[in-house]
Amino acid sequence: MTDHTNKLNSFRRHKQKEEMKHQVITFALMIIFTLIAFLVVAAGMDKTYVIPVILTLAVVQVGFQFYYFMHMKDKGHEVIAALIYGGIWIAIITILTFTTIIWW
Amino acid sequence: MSIASTQNKGFGAILWDYLTTVDHKKIGNMYIAAGAFFFILGGIEALIIRIQLMAPENDFISAGLYNEMITMHGTTMIFLAATPILVGFMNAIMPLQIGARDVAFPFLNSLGFWLFLFGGIMLNLSWFLGGAPDAGWTAYTPLSTQSPGHGVDFYVMGLQLSGAGTLMGGINFLVTIVTMRAPGMTYMRMPLFTWTTFVASILILFAFPALTVGLFLLMFDRMFGSAFFDVALGGNSVIWQHLFWIFGHPEVYILILPAFGIFSEIFPVFAKKRLFGYSSMVFATFMIAFLGFMVWAHHMFTVGLGPVANAIFAVATMAIAVPTGIKIFNWLATMWGGSIRINSAMLWSLAFIPSFTIGGMTGVMLAASTADFQYHDTYFVVAHFHYVIVGGVVFGILAGLHYWWPKLFGKVLHEGMGKIAFWLFFIGFHLTFFIQHFLGLMGMPRRYWVFLENQGLDTGNLVSTIGAFLMALGSIVFVINVVYTTMKGEKASADPWGTGRTLEWAISSPAPEYNFKQLPLVRGLDPLWIEKMDGNVKMTPAEPLNDIHMPNGSILPLIMTIGFFIASLGFIYQVDSKAWLIVLYAGMAIALGCMLIRSLKDDHGFHIHKEDLEREAD
Repeated sequence: MTDHTNKLNSFRRHKQKEEMKHQVITFALMIIFTLIAFLVVAAGMDKTYVIPVILTLAVVQVGFQFYYFMHMKDKGHEVIAALIYGGIWIAIITILTFTTIIWW
Repeated sequence: MSIASTQNKGFGAILWDYLTTVDHKKIGNMYIAAGAFFFILGGIEALIIRIQLMAPENDFISAGLYNEMITMHGTTMIFLAATPILVGFMNAIMPLQIGARDVAFPFLNSLGFWLFLFGGIMLNLSWFLGGAPDAGWTAYTPLSTQSPGHGVDFYVMGLQLSGAGTLMGGINFLVTIVTMRAPGMTYMRMPLFTWTTFVASILILFAFPALTVGLFLLMFDRMFGSAFFDVALGGNSVIWQHLFWIFGHPEVYILILPAFGIFSEIFPVFAKKRLFGYSSMVFATFMIAFLGFMVWAHHMFTVGLGPVANAIFAVATMAIAVPTGIKIFNWLATMWGGSIRINSAMLWSLAFIPSFTIGGMTGVMLAASTADFQYHDTYFVVAHFHYVIVGGVVFGILAGLHYWWPKLFGKVLHEGMGKIAFWLFFIGFHLTFFIQHFLGLMGMPRRYWVFLENQGLDTGNLVSTIGAFLMALGSIVFVINVVYTTMKGEKASADPWGTGRTLEWAISSPAPEYNFKQLPLVRGLDPLWIEKMDGNVKMTPAEPLNDIHMPNGSILPLIMTIGFFIASLGFIYQVDSKAWLIVLYAGMAIALGCMLIRSLKDDHGFHIHKEDLEREAD
């Protein structure tokens, strides 16, 4: 019995360690991304280059935020993920319509 | 609280019980009752419109009052009658169908109901406080930003309140269906009404925020001097139309999908056959919801979006006919070869198929954007949307009322009166709206308060008005039926139709406050039918009999809503005098104070004990 709980505990500890590692890595990456964003602006680079870079970094950061910090990568989050993507899709269609037929 | 103490209560205690209830069944019944009240109100407004249009150049009501009438008829019927009655069904029936004891957030559920009710009261208060909104139910800017008086302000605040309530309801249902299904109730074993509740809730979740944003912008334009829609100051009035229809088009699917769900429950039960093409029904529901979000601009073909945008939205709109067609054929195939029993619920369902199909057909005609320039703003459009909304949603609601009345109120509605009401309403409906197609094609415009004689419109309008009165007669017979059944009707058994297939028919009518003594084990689609076929009288339980945890009732949702209601009045009248800001702050203080109490005070609910449950007879 104790052996069994010990094994379970060590498994859980291992998992938590792994989880912590992921969290720290993504956190570090997010800080680096933010620094890059500041740097490209501070360096005074061309607008056509700066805007896509910042937008790309932002999308990746949102992904990290959802998947690592908000646990969307874990099991049991499929419905939530589907709903979030549904919302994003509707927002994209709306913005696309507005930019093409109202604000052109 | 034991079961015995809930018996024999005085009027005050019953009233208090309903004001504080968090029970999904009582809230569902209150939604249906309040929705029925607003339905009658909207119906009276419709009759006044039809009396005005009975004869050429009639002067029954003035032009201004006519504008208020059409605005309030549309707003009331959509936001305060159809939506709440369907939300009431979702509340009362969906948790029973998935084998849950309540919705996920009972407190939020109660708050949602009170917000809707006070939003409706707010809107109708305008009649007594200087005139109702008169800019049409769509409140297009700049008409709505320039409408004098406070009418449109009441529209904005009333819809903001009731919209918040509906949004809460939608989120609540989503969480309930995702997390609270009984053991064995996988997604693909859920009854169709639960599926359509789920999909309609997704639509609510994504569509209502667009309305909220639009209403906020309108509110700031009207009350705080902003210029979002004021072209003279660099605003854009077309944005309101987009925001309104990004909400408005999914809204009609929020209405029709639950009605589809109701029909999908009724056909299998009264044809004694399992629903034909279950998975294609689920697929079609999702397809309609998905496409429903990218067709809103078909309401704006004549605004001047340009030929490319018009073409895209026209094609997307026509595509919706495909999943809807799948559903129609599935219902027909469900009945094919079944042992069909025709009663009131079935009559409404049968009448729905051709009526709704006519509405769908004119829908495809309207979707052809070039042809729409002819149909636009004529009675053809009026005929179209009444065919889909009355022929689809109202028929669905009435079918659902007949079908679930025993589960909601414990008695079966009188069959004879049900049939009389059906025939009066059905004939009246087609008499009213069929001829309006032709009035529209002959050029009669919408929203005009008079028409001239000898333009070929006289007879058609008279016929239409006669039809409207037949519909009113049918509704009166239905109300008489309800009163009669409540007074004289006999108590219904758990499964009064005898061929019930889904879980709600496995428990007594009306359902006990804890719904299921033991959560049922679901072994497939139509779980009760499976047990019946195996010769079992009851559902197989999935858990031993144990204490049941119940949430405590609370008066906070009502007080919170009253706070928001007072604050809304403050918002409306602070335009006239800054002293009204005190009312605004006081109302907000009440509402926020209630939120604070709710956050700080722990409420662990109570238990119904095992011993009390055992003592009860089944």
